[in-house]
Amino acid sequence: MKKIIYLGIVLFSVSLMVLSFRTDSANRKELAAPAKDSVGSVKAFMSVYKVLMSPRCMNCHPSGDVPLQGEDSHLHTMNVKRGVDGHGLYAARCSNCHQPANTPGVHMPPGNPKWALPPAKMPMVFQGRTPRQLALQLLDPKQNGGRTKAQLIDHMAKDDLVGWAWHPGDGRKLPPVNRAALVAQVRLWIAKGAYAPAAKAK
Amino acid sequence: MITITVNGQRHDLDADPNMPLLWAIRDILGLTGTKYGCGAAQCGACTVHLNGEAVRSCVTKVSRAAGQQIVTIEGLSANNNHPLQRAWNELNVPQCGYCQSGQLMSAAVLLRENPNPTDQDIDDAMSGNICRCGTYQRIRAAIHKAAELQSAGAKL
Repeated sequence: MKKIIYLGIVLFSVSLMVLSFRTDSANRKELAAPAKDSVGSVKAFMSVYKVLMSPRCMNCHPSGDVPLQGEDSHLHTMNVKRGVDGHGLYAARCSNCHQPANTPGVHMPPGNPKWALPPAKMPMVFQGRTPRQLALQLLDPKQNGGRTKAQLIDHMAKDDLVGWAWHPGDGRKLPPVNRAALVAQVRLWIAKGAYAPAAKAK
Repeated sequence: MITITVNGQRHDLDADPNMPLLWAIRDILGLTGTKYGCGAAQCGACTVHLNGEAVRSCVTKVSRAAGQQIVTIEGLSANNNHPLQRAWNELNVPQCGYCQSGQLMSAAVLLRENPNPTDQDIDDAMSGNICRCGTYQRIRAAIHKAAELQSAGAKL
């Protein structure tokens, strides 16, 4: 009799333990959402930083009013300038030479229907920014073209001119990672808390 | 068939849509005032107006001009009496002349948008038009002169 009672208690205890291991769908969702993670967030951003500071991105996000050209990001020839709306000035407007698509051939003008710099009132400078400065700038709607975090992701993922970077025409190097990988890192950076790197990070 | 309007006249072109506009203008339409200088949008000799904007016809496809208004140097004025053309004549601007139609077409956009340009404005507008003979000083002077003529003409 005692053995039966003892066995019953053991079986009941084991059942309770087994039942406690079950994870229902609510628990599964909680486990899937990344917790805030400053280290992981910054690590993801540093991958984003490398892309945004590569010539295919940075050349059209210059610190001055002159776009940049080439793998060495020298000043665009012919004295072209941003202008008020980012589309150039007078007979040197961007679309005067830059066509809706890349002109074939090395050193021929690349092209996109939206070819332009950011406007003078919202220059969205990348050139010369430290990782911390760029992260904070990207997150600030007053500096990033009025974008929410979701819109920032959308811009990286879907904007046509951003997408040009991976189809830059003859003789131009691609950014360090493909677009899908960039967007994944942007999502991760934001999902893990959108932390900005430390001031000394390079 | 691609239809473009050049200097106010409609043309139906039997041309590949990818043909550079410069070829269509010179070889099909016979308007040889616009020049081939580099073929790479780096000299400005091929500059024409596309809906009023100064485009480089050596890299502009004819398809981009379909249904649009093109003006070449031949159409800048009816009687060579555009203020720029008058100023160019008065100051004997050209030397060999090869770059000059492009210079005039670029300057025309500048003067339309800025009737009283400064030297900086001229730099901003004209630096993309190069001149192997080095007539830059006369080009600059002629633009200032044309601005005066234009202003005087407007007052009449």
